[in-house]
Amino acid sequence: MNDAAHGEYKWIGTRPPRPDGVDKVTGRAKFGADTALPNMLVGAVLRSPHAHAKIKSIDISKAEALPGVKAVVSRDDFQDMPSEMVPAGEMMVNYRDMVRNVMAREKVLYDGHAVAAVAATSASVARRALKLIEVDYEVLPHVIDVMAAMKPDAPLLHDDIFTEGVEPVPDKASNVAKRIEIGFGDMAAGFEAAAEVIEREFDTQPVHQGYIEPHACLADVSEDGQAELFCSTQGQYLVRAHCARLLGMDVSRLRVTASEIGGGFGGKTVVYIEPVALALSRKACRPVKLVMSRDEVFRASGPTSGAHVRIKLGAAKDGTITAAEAELFYQAGAFPGSSVQPAAMCAFAPYALEAVNVVGWDVVSNRPKISAYRAPGAPISVYAVECVLDEMAARLGLDPVDFRLKNAAKEGTKAAYGPKFGPIGMIESLEAAKAHAHYQAPLGPNQGRGVASGFWFNIGGETCVSLNLNEDGTLNLLVGTPDIGGSRASMAMMAAEELGVDMADIQTMIGDTGSLGFNFLSAGSRTTFSTGMATVEAARTVIEELRRRAAKIWEIDVDAVVWEQGSAKPAGSNAGEFEPLSIAELAKQAGATGGPIAGHAEINAQGAGPSLGTQIVDVEVDPETGGITVLRHTVIQDAGKAIHPAYVEGQYQGGAAQCIGWALNEEYVYGEDGRLQNPGFLDYRIPVASDLPMIDTVIIEVPNPSHPYGVRGVGETPIIPGIAAVANAVSGALGIRLSQIPMSPPRVLKAIEEAG
Amino acid sequence: MAKYHVTTTINGDAVEFLCEPEQTLLDVLRDELYLTGSKEGCATGDCGACSITLDGRLVCSCLVLGVEAEGRSVETIEGMADGDQLHPLQQKFLDHAALQCGVCTPGVLVAAKSLLEKNPDPSETEVRYWLAGNLCRCTGYDKIIRAVLDAAAEMRGA
Amino acid sequence: MARVVLTANFALYTGGESELELEAESIRQLLRRLGRRFPDLAPHLEQGLAVAVDGQIYQDDWFQPLAPDSEVHILPQIAGG
Repeated sequence: MNDAAHGEYKWIGTRPPRPDGVDKVTGRAKFGADTALPNMLVGAVLRSPHAHAKIKSIDISKAEALPGVKAVVSRDDFQDMPSEMVPAGEMMVNYRDMVRNVMAREKVLYDGHAVAAVAATSASVARRALKLIEVDYEVLPHVIDVMAAMKPDAPLLHDDIFTEGVEPVPDKASNVAKRIEIGFGDMAAGFEAAAEVIEREFDTQPVHQGYIEPHACLADVSEDGQAELFCSTQGQYLVRAHCARLLGMDVSRLRVTASEIGGGFGGKTVVYIEPVALALSRKACRPVKLVMSRDEVFRASGPTSGAHVRIKLGAAKDGTITAAEAELFYQAGAFPGSSVQPAAMCAFAPYALEAVNVVGWDVVSNRPKISAYRAPGAPISVYAVECVLDEMAARLGLDPVDFRLKNAAKEGTKAAYGPKFGPIGMIESLEAAKAHAHYQAPLGPNQGRGVASGFWFNIGGETCVSLNLNEDGTLNLLVGTPDIGGSRASMAMMAAEELGVDMADIQTMIGDTGSLGFNFLSAGSRTTFSTGMATVEAARTVIEELRRRAAKIWEIDVDAVVWEQGSAKPAGSNAGEFEPLSIAELAKQAGATGGPIAGHAEINAQGAGPSLGTQIVDVEVDPETGGITVLRHTVIQDAGKAIHPAYVEGQYQGGAAQCIGWALNEEYVYGEDGRLQNPGFLDYRIPVASDLPMIDTVIIEVPNPSHPYGVRGVGETPIIPGIAAVANAVSGALGIRLSQIPMSPPRVLKAIEEAG
Repeated sequence: MAKYHVTTTINGDAVEFLCEPEQTLLDVLRDELYLTGSKEGCATGDCGACSITLDGRLVCSCLVLGVEAEGRSVETIEGMADGDQLHPLQQKFLDHAALQCGVCTPGVLVAAKSLLEKNPDPSETEVRYWLAGNLCRCTGYDKIIRAVLDAAAEMRGA
Repeated sequence: MARVVLTANFALYTGGESELELEAESIRQLLRRLGRRFPDLAPHLEQGLAVAVDGQIYQDDWFQPLAPDSEVHILPQIAGG
């Protein structure tokens, strides 16, 4: 049901202010660490100083005895979980791994791994208590680099990982958790038919999502086991599911309220300190506030994989790609489960191919368990692919955009990961890139221009909303997905459009887990799509009920009543001469006509449409310092339908900035001892205001036929093309292709030196 | 461990508080005075989310000890609006959609206000360098810079 | 008869058979029949997958109907961040 053909919208496509805006510019909005409760304790976590060690014993007695300490927890306070993949609200998780990541059991597996935690009457008492916990470690050799971890003699993290996805199943345990493979077509024939074949290898380092707000929560467990949790999260229902499971509670007895969230990008889709805070609160019978320091965020929450990627590409003289091959080696962190699967599926996705094959390896190593970072896995694989595409275009003497256009996927193309595409905006984004002033602008000395494209699936998922008509004709819309970037406004706009009322009459609120049925995360580029779809359905239910009430009042058939511009009207003069009844008038009479009027929707939103995009980047390289300045960055991407264009632009610009950081500066630096050397914003260098130019955006709209307004998710795709666009620009400026990111000044200087 | 008694002025109001010697001014603002508008992003002065002014000077409150507020004047985000009248910077941030998650916003606003008090007509480059100490991960800074320049223009014209 | 393509690692559990035909009226019916035909595959069809029907991807949508000649791809589950 696609109403995108309606044409003129009153609200969709406009830029009203967001309802939570004033609270956020005055400091009133409450983020995860911004509340307190009477009798509250402060929590603190003791973390491993070793990258890999057996825990021989933990003695908490001295800490427990310290005045002011009200609870100490360790592995003994968490029930072990059997190893099995279980659905936890649509995601597959292995709780055996999760309980160990939350609190180490037999071993510590990374520098920063949680070993014990305390709750005390003040932060200073908590800190002193941590020092009194005695942990006897047997330090083991560690391994971090993905290729090193795959070697047969590498230190073994787990003795029960036997590589899945290989035949025959190995009889020796290793760090290689899984092998995956996708593709189709005759690869040998494809390479045979190629006029040019390019094979390259690339290395990337782990990068962190870098949200400015550290993980924070406030847990309050009462003596009968009912609990409340206030936390910064992308999904309060998943937090509830995981915490209830780990603490052995009924889901119904744990109420989780999502605070405002200071950035997540996929990093706040899992739990770290929340189960610990609940365990402490349960033991102390008092509320416990637990907040990660920035140091802890870097050491103990999940950055992305670092990876090694091999690409082999064959193309005919006319630019047709004849064979596309990739091998991805991804770090999973301390427990299995990197994003190598979606990385494999996305790697060549924007292109129409006859022969494609991608093999991926999921490898554990002694660093934190990875967490999603926007489009998980894809930025890395696409970085490598798009660099090789660029090199191939140059070798064939083709313009990089034309080369991509020649091979672009479109509606009906068989995707590299299998099914045929519906309508997609790949060609539109490339043509817009070619036509953009940026693409024609002249370049100066030491300057280069790079182009790259990218794809992300986007998802739907379980969503519940409730839309209540108040007695004065205003409405409250209750949704279950946290507002990361303005979605409260987007939902109100869609509801207002449906109902024909002023957007200011609709207040969007984010419900806690007790107020609505299950909602999947604000992630996966799903919020505007799924919560929007549910909102539209709920609004249409309200309209149905309003028509019924009007019909009763007028004593005519409901089919003779229409809803237009916020009022019920007779369908025609045949229906009768009745003055329209506004929503406010009907609301006032709701009690007498049958009771309060509301609409709700509980759906599993399907039909998410992929978002494709192309980015153009200009850089200037300083050959003396190796410093790279980004001069210009343009993001062109398909939004299907931009409900609130400013928020779509914001997603494009934010993702582009993250690409720049990933490509140029950001990396985890580990010492010989396996400890993270740069767990802070000084040495983990994310882009600052003076690093970046204005970021131009072009919103393409190829409507998604499965959404009432044609919406496609947009949040993740922006982080995909930019890295290669920067890399291609650097190689254009330098005349040398680097094969490692980040392209920090020392690496650039080394490359210049080696090129002679 | 005995606490120190501190007398200070916060957003124009006379305030007294008790704090431990190692508590930072940020800790005090948030945990003792419940002024949670200033945020802790790093506690090491790298992110600017805790930006305040101390006797008119822009500082990271995580790098100032609570006891150092004695006898001085502290201005935080909570003092930026005048009753229900938003400061032009705050209004422009809303108009330009210069925030997404909003956690860096208080620090950026305090820093931008401090800039415009010193330099009412900054260039784009000057704004970018002044705000280089305020990390934002969501926006890529584009709309933030536009909002600051627009507010500056309005404040000059008004 | 729906035409079924097993992508990614799913074909490992069918002795290498990655394309086959199966009659089914809904996604759930298809998955159950697939699981009966290939018992090693069955546990991998219970969860953690996405199903594309004529190009449209469905996740956790058992009762989505299939047309008599639908093209169905069994994919790994897609998440996000």
